[in-house]
Amino acid sequence: MYSRQKTELDRLQAKVAKGNMSRREFLSRVSAMGLGAMAPGLYMQSAMASPKHGGRFRQGVTGGATSDVLDPGQILDHYMLNVQFGQLRNNLTEVAPSGELVPELAESWEGSNGAKTWNFKVRQGVEFHNGKSLTSEDVVDSLNHHLGEDSKSAAKGQLGGVASVKADGKYGVVVELTGGDADFPFILTDYHILICPSNGDGTIDWQSGVGTGGFSLVEHEPGVRTLTKANPNYWKPNRRFFDEVETLQIADSAARENALRTGELDAMNNVSPKTADLLKRQSGINVDSTKGNKQITLPMLTNVSPFDNNDVRTAMKYIVDREQWLKVVARNYGELGNDNPIGPANFYRATTDELPQRQYDPDKAKYHLKKAGLDSLNVQFHAAETGFGGSIDAGQLMAETARPAGINIEVVREPDDGYWSNVWMKKPFSACYWSGRPTENMMFSTVYAGDAAWNDTYWQNARFNDLLKMGRVETDKTKRREIYVEMQQIVHNDGGTVLPLFLQDIFATNDKVRYPDVIAGNWELDGCKAAERWWFA
Amino acid sequence: MSSLLKVILQRLGLGLLTLFAVSVIIAFVVELLPGDITEAILGQTATPETVAAFRKEIGLDQPAYIRYLDWLGGILTGDLGQSLASKRDISEFVGTRLSNTLFLGGLAAAIAVPLALLLGLLAALYRNSIFDRIVNFTTLTSISFPEFFVAYILILFLSVKAGIFPGISNVSTDLAFSEQFYRTLLPALTLTLVVLAHMLRMTRAAIINLLSSPYIEMARLKGTRPFRVIFHHALPNAWGPIVNVIALNLAYLVVGVVVVEVVFVYPGLGQLLVDSVSKRDLPVVQACSIIFAAVYILLNLLADIVSIVSNPRLLHPR
Amino acid sequence: MLKLFWTAPLSAKIGILTILAYAFVALFAPLLAPYAETAIVGGSYELWSDEYPLGTDNIGRDMLTRLIYGARNTIGIAFLTVALAFVVGGVVGMLAAILGGWYDMVIGRVVDILMAIPSLVFALLLLTVFGTSIPSLVIIIALLDSTRVFRIARSAAMNVVVMEFVEAARLRGEGMAWVIRKEVLPNIMAPLLAEFGLRFCFVFLFIAALSFLGLGIQPPLADWGSMVRENATLINYNDITPLLPAAAIAGLTVAVNFVVDWMLHLSSGLRSD
Repeated sequence: MYSRQKTELDRLQAKVAKGNMSRREFLSRVSAMGLGAMAPGLYMQSAMASPKHGGRFRQGVTGGATSDVLDPGQILDHYMLNVQFGQLRNNLTEVAPSGELVPELAESWEGSNGAKTWNFKVRQGVEFHNGKSLTSEDVVDSLNHHLGEDSKSAAKGQLGGVASVKADGKYGVVVELTGGDADFPFILTDYHILICPSNGDGTIDWQSGVGTGGFSLVEHEPGVRTLTKANPNYWKPNRRFFDEVETLQIADSAARENALRTGELDAMNNVSPKTADLLKRQSGINVDSTKGNKQITLPMLTNVSPFDNNDVRTAMKYIVDREQWLKVVARNYGELGNDNPIGPANFYRATTDELPQRQYDPDKAKYHLKKAGLDSLNVQFHAAETGFGGSIDAGQLMAETARPAGINIEVVREPDDGYWSNVWMKKPFSACYWSGRPTENMMFSTVYAGDAAWNDTYWQNARFNDLLKMGRVETDKTKRREIYVEMQQIVHNDGGTVLPLFLQDIFATNDKVRYPDVIAGNWELDGCKAAERWWFA
Repeated sequence: MSSLLKVILQRLGLGLLTLFAVSVIIAFVVELLPGDITEAILGQTATPETVAAFRKEIGLDQPAYIRYLDWLGGILTGDLGQSLASKRDISEFVGTRLSNTLFLGGLAAAIAVPLALLLGLLAALYRNSIFDRIVNFTTLTSISFPEFFVAYILILFLSVKAGIFPGISNVSTDLAFSEQFYRTLLPALTLTLVVLAHMLRMTRAAIINLLSSPYIEMARLKGTRPFRVIFHHALPNAWGPIVNVIALNLAYLVVGVVVVEVVFVYPGLGQLLVDSVSKRDLPVVQACSIIFAAVYILLNLLADIVSIVSNPRLLHPR
Repeated sequence: MLKLFWTAPLSAKIGILTILAYAFVALFAPLLAPYAETAIVGGSYELWSDEYPLGTDNIGRDMLTRLIYGARNTIGIAFLTVALAFVVGGVVGMLAAILGGWYDMVIGRVVDILMAIPSLVFALLLLTVFGTSIPSLVIIIALLDSTRVFRIARSAAMNVVVMEFVEAARLRGEGMAWVIRKEVLPNIMAPLLAEFGLRFCFVFLFIAALSFLGLGIQPPLADWGSMVRENATLINYNDITPLLPAAAIAGLTVAVNFVVDWMLHLSSGLRSD
């Protein structure tokens, strides 16, 4: 599935880049791989484009809390995602910046039995920070950490289809699923499913923060700061250039921007669209953005009046002026949504021919309202900044554009505190966001499947749920595409979610920081892996 | 003086009762809050199964009063308990936060209190002069701006433009004292601007109020110099209300600085408290609240002692 | 009344006129504002122009309109809150000073307990429990503020109560209301007034701080505190938009306190010298 040759070549090139290998040795090794003719060119390439090593990378990020723990199952926000997934530990599989699936701690894998049985080969010669060698036992226990009745892992739902995980020798792992799922290796890229050292009794040691990642833990003050230092034995070629990484929790966006401008930080995530263009104009500051599947949604509970009527739902989808939202809420750092969660980073996204863009149209909204037997409609929109940034502003925009259609929207500001447990999935109409998922199956299974724990509109559509099961085991790309396009059409026309926008992630760095041309958009700051992918000029 | 000692002891005893009452109220209100720690921590990722597993793990299946009594038992033996969320011993991480907070509050007080007294006295002495007007206008304007806004303005001019101070005050224990002092100065200045006007105006008002008293008139008629009138005759009798306002503001400097902590990324106790409230981490909320309440009680006791000493008649209220 | 106005010093005259102007704007907001309170009339952060005299806000509403309507909501809420706080805190505080004994004890303890809990956090807790409707906002802030008023009223009244003339009045057999109104209140008016002037603006600030922590007035109502919060970060880029609502608060605060100063001066019985 993945070329051993390429990995080896990467490793050699990295050695050259670090200055650890002579030209002569490189040429002879590469020739031995049967690539003699290309060898001199490859040598030049790695010697020239070599990122420099060294320095302390200081990043200001959001989403940390004093309640944070090093348990991978308890990663809930950007801060710990960055520290654990981006610095301390690795997964079995990884989504490359280009969006393709590549091996991480699993060297290779194979699905059989209708994608129900999965065999993974664990990479050999990898060491944890404490010197322990990685074996299948660590992998099995790390996966089991998220399973079972007593697990409170946030990935429990994602791994709901796993029946058993067993070791097969020192470097083999077999996972049995209850139903076929061609995307299973993709699920393992989830940031919770990190590999920790086993305690030998079926549990893992997550408390120490020991992992196989590019950086090992020096100091961790939850909700304040984390300091890590370079792992000298990091197995990944051509990665990890900084000597140290200091991660600071900075909740206030103005404080992050000030710290970056006064040289207290090298990089920050979550630049507010409001100030992005102003920040860009400052000298010595670089503002950039990544496109991903991050989306804002307005879930309507389809099991309560009035949203149990699809005409009402459709009317609601017509009263949002998406162009205006793009301009005002996202300041053009995003793209129009089409009430369809499959986004720009997905493979089987429906084209505009298959699914025309829905536009603001108060007349159509009125028409659908009438069809539902209503002249006017009063609804409350429950929002808080934690739902999505700018949701209260957005609600007020929507209230104004809804009026001509006879829909009166009252925006209710809810406290950030307790929003997810008391408002989302409880109030009939609220604000929400999703980071998106790398595959159609994962996105639909997580939020739209009838039996999903986070089916936040309580939407039930028999045809949709059947198609979802078919798509999981279908391996023919053309047929898969047909299935997923139909599902997108169903969500667009019948679903309970208004999806007005896909948002870009905006980040900023000072001019000392360098990063590759292609950076990941699945999470903020280069897929949360800036620590191992970026370097100083 | 022994009766003063009696008052102090009495007040300390009452202080303990107050702390107890505060802990009951906090436990009660946190119990009233919608959602519990498991839902708050798991947030958007909560599912019924994970919430149930989490609840069982931290003993949330016990009734609230049992958990409170457990906690109280711990406190009485000097054990602050553990954070429900991170399982860390609270005494371990609250200590640094508290000393950070006291350092910031102390620094701000060291600047603000003398300044407020001095300016207040001068303003009272030269009331309605240009000086009085300018002091009034400036301090009133500065407290009209929300704290975070004052902070942004100071950061803009003193950090971003002039480059005198760092843009954030992320102090940590491994910093030298001078560095910590330097990093804390800007938030302390912000707080000074926030509390200055209140103390200054109360000083001014209390002094002016006394200037109309017959005995002051008498002193004036005798031809005593205005400065002497204020320092020897008015000020000693004005201490009551002034000290009260100072105590209120000092308590505020320790307790009410959450917003300033957030803007300056200063790892203080206030942010920990707000963080723990939003996570419903009751033992941490309790620990922080008790500490804040104790600070408040001690400051007020101090204020009352000063009032009593300056006006001994208060010792014997009929 | 008018005669009194003419004898006032210049600063007090300016203060009174400013307060009247604010009151006028607040009362006649719909007539004065160029647009409707919630109408979105342009792009976000439009520059100052004939069409938008002070530009537009973050979602494209006319800034001047928002400021004018803000006067109504902000002053209304602040006034209600402070008035409630002073009635409750002032009366209870004076009673505590006069009655003394166990009444003073009990009330003093209750107030101490309430004050010992950090007020911003206490407000955060209570507002999360009771919701952020305007009545609950007013009542909760007023209740928390009244503890401060109580302290000041009580401690000022204590100094008065031990004076001979109060003792004499009580020995004469005057009723409690009479003693409070005729003897105590006039003599503690000065610190109470000074406190009133500041408390008034603290309410705006408290609401702004709450909105910093994610609570606050319900949209789309305009209020100055939240307007500062919404636009605050722009100040870092030399944009003066957030200064406008802040200046509106400052103008009123200064005006109120100028008038308070003058009244302090009158009540102190001093002629200016």
